[in-house]
Amino acid sequence: MKPPPFEYHAVASVEEAVALLAEHGEDAKVLAGGQSLVPLLALRLARPAHLVDINTVSDLASLSNGDGLTVGSLVRQRVAERSQAVRSANPLVAQAIALIGHTAIRNRGTIGGSIAHADPAAELPAVLLALDGEVVARSARGERTVPAADFFRGFLTTALTPDELVTGVRFPAWGPGTGWSFQEFSRRSGDFAIAGAAAALRLDRNGVVADARIALSGMGATPVRATKAEAALAGQQPSEEVWAAASQDAVAGLDPPSDVHGTAAYRRHLAAALTRRALREAHARSEVRS
Amino acid sequence: MTRRPLQLTVNGRPQEVFVEPRRTLADVLREDLELTGTHVGCEHGVCGACTVLVDGLAVRSCLMLAVQAQGSSVMTIEGLERDGEMHPLQEAFRDSHSFQCGFCTPGFVMTALAMLEEGQALSEDEWREELSGNICRCTGYQSIVEGVQLAAERMGVGQ
Repeated sequence: MKPPPFEYHAVASVEEAVALLAEHGEDAKVLAGGQSLVPLLALRLARPAHLVDINTVSDLASLSNGDGLTVGSLVRQRVAERSQAVRSANPLVAQAIALIGHTAIRNRGTIGGSIAHADPAAELPAVLLALDGEVVARSARGERTVPAADFFRGFLTTALTPDELVTGVRFPAWGPGTGWSFQEFSRRSGDFAIAGAAAALRLDRNGVVADARIALSGMGATPVRATKAEAALAGQQPSEEVWAAASQDAVAGLDPPSDVHGTAAYRRHLAAALTRRALREAHARSEVRS
Repeated sequence: MTRRPLQLTVNGRPQEVFVEPRRTLADVLREDLELTGTHVGCEHGVCGACTVLVDGLAVRSCLMLAVQAQGSSVMTIEGLERDGEMHPLQEAFRDSHSFQCGFCTPGFVMTALAMLEEGQALSEDEWREELSGNICRCTGYQSIVEGVQLAAERMGVGQ
C-alpha cells in the first residue's frame, strides 16, 4: 500500500514536461491531481520509473470563456465546479463535475486528469463526448487537437501517445436555451457510478427537438455516444413516450460489463432509466427561443 | 532513493524534513513529524481518515506526495486546540458522542472544519453529502452529523 520508488520531476513549464516525456516515453507518467494515479501507485498497479509532476505549471491552470469554454488541464475540479464562468458557459460541465468523488477529491483532482485517465465510469469523458469537445495535447513534436470521438480508445486508454501531455480541454459554445442534465447512479454517494447519462437538448421555436446529445458512462470500455437515439429524437415533439423510446434506443446493442455491482442486463436497464430522467430534466431546463 | 528537502508549515510551525518522493504526506506527518493524529485507513483515497487541510482545503493526505506540499501550510487535527482548550468542533463531537472507536474522527473533524471555515450554512442533507467521503464503521453517522451541526450552531456559521 505504499507507492514503489520512482524518479520525481517537478517541472516549471509545459516545455520541460514534454521534454521529459519525450525522453522517458512509456517509463514516465504525468502526475496532476493524483486522485487516480496515486491509488494506482499505492496498489502497485502502476510502476512508472519517472513521475512528471505538473502541479507547478501555472500556465495549465487557466480557464477561458470565449468561443466555447477552454479549461486548462490543471484546473482543479472544485475550482471549475464553483466557477461562475463555467456555470454560465457550460452548465452541463458544472453539474457533472459536482458528481465527481467528494469535495476533498475535487480539491486536488483536475479536469485534464479526469479526461486523460479515461475511466469509462467517469463523468467528464461522457460530457466531453456528448458535446463534441476536444482535447488539446502537446508534445515536443508540437500541439494537436483530438476530437472526443477519437480520443477515448478503450478501458483507461486514449489516443495520447506516451510523449504527449494534455494541456487543455475545449467545450464548444453552448447554444442559447439548451437544456442539460447529468444523471448517474452509485450505491453510495461519491462512489464510481454503475452507469450515468449526460444529455443536452435544444428545441426549435416550435418546441420541437432541434438537437439532442446523449452519452453514457459505465456502459463499456469507453464512454458511449447514443447516436441512434440522438437521430431519432431530432424533429420530435417532446413527450414521455419520446424520452422512453430514445432511452431504449440509447442502450440497444450495448454490452456493458457484468460484475459484483450488477449484471449487464441491470446496467442496460439502469442506463435507460437514467437516460429518460436526463432527457426529462434537460427538457425542463430548455427554453423555446423565438 | 534520493531524499529531497521539504519545507512546509504544519499547524503554524515551520518544518524541514528530508523525504523520499514516493512517500505520502500522511506518512511524513505521522512518521517524520510524529503527528499521529492523522490516521491512515485505506491508503487509496476511499475512507477519508487521513484528511488534513492543505492551504485551507481538505485533501486526502494519502493521495498527496509529501514533496508536493513544498511551501504549503498544512493543518492536522493536532492544530485545533488552543492553549489546552479544544476547538468548538471537537467539543461538539464530544458532547454529541460523535465517535466510538475514534479511528475515523480526525478525518471527519478536518473535513467538517474546512466546510465550517467556508462559513456557509448547510442543511442536514448538505452536511451528509459533504461528510459522505468519510467512512465510519461504528456510529451509523447520525451522531457525527449531529455533532457537526451543533458545532455550526455554536460557532454561528452562516448567521
